[in-house]
Amino acid sequence: MPDIMMNGAAGRDHVGELCLSGKGVTKVYGMGARRTVAVDHVDFEFRKGEVISIVGESGSGKTTLVKMLLALTSVTEGDIYFMGGKRDITTRQKKHDYWRGIQAIFQDPFSSYNIFHKIDAVLLDCINMRGGKGFSKEKKTEMMSEACKFVNLEFKELTNKYPFELSGGQMQRLMIARIFLLQPRILLADEPTSMIDACSRATILDMLLNLRAEIGMTIIFVTHDIGLAYYVSDTVYIMERGRFVEFGGADDVILRPSAEYTRRLIQDVPKIHEPWDFTKRSPRAVLT
Amino acid sequence: MRNTLRQVSRSANFMIGFVTVMLILLMVGIYPLFNPGSPLDMIGLGTFFKPGTYISMYDAVETATAYTLRIDDAAAKRVAAKLPMADRESMKRWLIAYGIAEDAIHTDDLNDLLNLWNNTYDESARPAGLTSAFRKSVARIDAALEGLLEPLDVRVYTTSPETGETRETARIKDNQFINVSEVVNTRRLWLGTDNFGRDAFKELLAATGVSLKIGLIAGVIATALGLMLGLLSGFVGGIVDDIIMFFANLFTVIPGFVLLILISYSIGQEQRGATVVAAVIGCTSWVWTTRSVRAQTLSLRNRDHVNLSRLSGHTLPRILVTDILPYIASYVVMALILQICSGILAEAQLSMLGLGPKTTETPTLGLMMFWGMTYAAHQNGAWWAYFPVILMIALVSFSMNLMNTGLDQVFNPQLRS
Repeated sequence: MPDIMMNGAAGRDHVGELCLSGKGVTKVYGMGARRTVAVDHVDFEFRKGEVISIVGESGSGKTTLVKMLLALTSVTEGDIYFMGGKRDITTRQKKHDYWRGIQAIFQDPFSSYNIFHKIDAVLLDCINMRGGKGFSKEKKTEMMSEACKFVNLEFKELTNKYPFELSGGQMQRLMIARIFLLQPRILLADEPTSMIDACSRATILDMLLNLRAEIGMTIIFVTHDIGLAYYVSDTVYIMERGRFVEFGGADDVILRPSAEYTRRLIQDVPKIHEPWDFTKRSPRAVLT
Repeated sequence: MRNTLRQVSRSANFMIGFVTVMLILLMVGIYPLFNPGSPLDMIGLGTFFKPGTYISMYDAVETATAYTLRIDDAAAKRVAAKLPMADRESMKRWLIAYGIAEDAIHTDDLNDLLNLWNNTYDESARPAGLTSAFRKSVARIDAALEGLLEPLDVRVYTTSPETGETRETARIKDNQFINVSEVVNTRRLWLGTDNFGRDAFKELLAATGVSLKIGLIAGVIATALGLMLGLLSGFVGGIVDDIIMFFANLFTVIPGFVLLILISYSIGQEQRGATVVAAVIGCTSWVWTTRSVRAQTLSLRNRDHVNLSRLSGHTLPRILVTDILPYIASYVVMALILQICSGILAEAQLSMLGLGPKTTETPTLGLMMFWGMTYAAHQNGAWWAYFPVILMIALVSFSMNLMNTGLDQVFNPQLRS
């Protein structure tokens, strides 16, 4: 994946001021005997133009954190700061404005679409959201064609089609086209490639990083794949059971890990040129 | 959508149920065109007339042409009808007691029996072993036999209102016939009449229409309420969910039928029209729709497409209508069919208790059963007053359940064959 490495490396020069940060962010589900702390007082600072990865296994609280960042679920405790100020999502309009600045791509492209709506509806929504409601039909079509072109899709072939007529890779590329139209400042990508076959995976990552170069946004990758995190990101946050156990520059964290959990994650990455060695894995990892 | 409809139309269960319901609806709609007038007109003076074709005797004599037909067994049939088997057995018993050998008596051969009887019977005889009541009953049979084998002409006399003169206007021989189609007034009562003398078939069709309407109103109200509350409860969650589920649990714990009885009773007889009863039924049966819609919404609300829709800034009603509702639409249609069906049954139950719609204005299936029961149709052997009603209720609910099973087989991937 040479392209991705180049893009990732290129991004590392443009690290700027804070765009999204949090202090003591906590999410608790349920109460009493069923009380579960999904995210436990995490602090983070994401800077403009960075590619950040949040790495952790299933159940570590990554998705809950993403939902809180996207204002899809409430924050139990702690504050989130957006573009220099405390995030304000108290009214519908403010929430709407916030969502103009922060958008997401989800893990499963097959469930990301409303199967009853044609593909055009998804893209038209984006144009409307960016204030293009009054645009002429030609202008809208032109914008949609441009977005599709960016992700190597032909709008003419897609228009009037339903999502189930597309492949998984095409669906996920269309999700990127959506981001291209929306041009948010921050993109949260929740395992965007985990449901995609290996060949499409590189293309998707490549497009995401191209998009970042194009519109200068911050990308937050949420993944369980520490190898992928290393390839694409400037900063890596390692999450274990609702807490960040380690964070820092990608090279620091991956090449010189200080937390035991990080070491285990790195060890668990299969290597092509070495035989798979069970003995190197920690006892707990073998059990799970 | 088109694909789904095609699949649905291929389901045999659904189509059988659907066609049955449509045929019932068609009959309900078309029959009044051929047989106009209120279904509650009391046309019969008397109760529980048997099903059959009723021909005006007056018009038969007055207007129809008489045709002479020579039919060999006409006389025998007439005699047989006048002398039922029970009477013949009585005659046989008397003859045996009188001393005739049993082999010589043929109850099947009327001529033979009558000849034997006329030659033998003696009213003053007192055969041993017969009670005087039996002897008297035999004497009555004997009196009725007079002229049975040589029928007399029936003479019709009219009295002129002006002169007061009475003269013979018609003389009807035993071999004269009329053509039924030439009689001006005939009425086919497929199911006879009920206790009030109403045409039971016409009433049944009108009642089916009203009951279907009650079911539809009740079903739509229950489904709309259940859908709305279920969507809100499942999607919004939190305190809204708690409040809605509190009421849903409350309604689940109290038996729905008891609630229905209490509400119907408190409304009072005067206000209880068919629509009001339907609304009451609808308002007490939303609970399980709410619960199941809530469960389905809960599983849908964390789907990525819903999250994406929220991120696109869509409002709550729009998300509910465009992103949740289409996914559970098939389920809601099935719930609606079941609610219609249970609405019809609930009305029948209520009416059986006398708490149904106000009587004497509209017939419903439940009311017909109530009337049949109150006027002891079952004890009078008037099966036509209640059995077709039971059959109709069973047919409607059976075909609706069949539709539901068919839809389930289409929409539920586990049942798909």
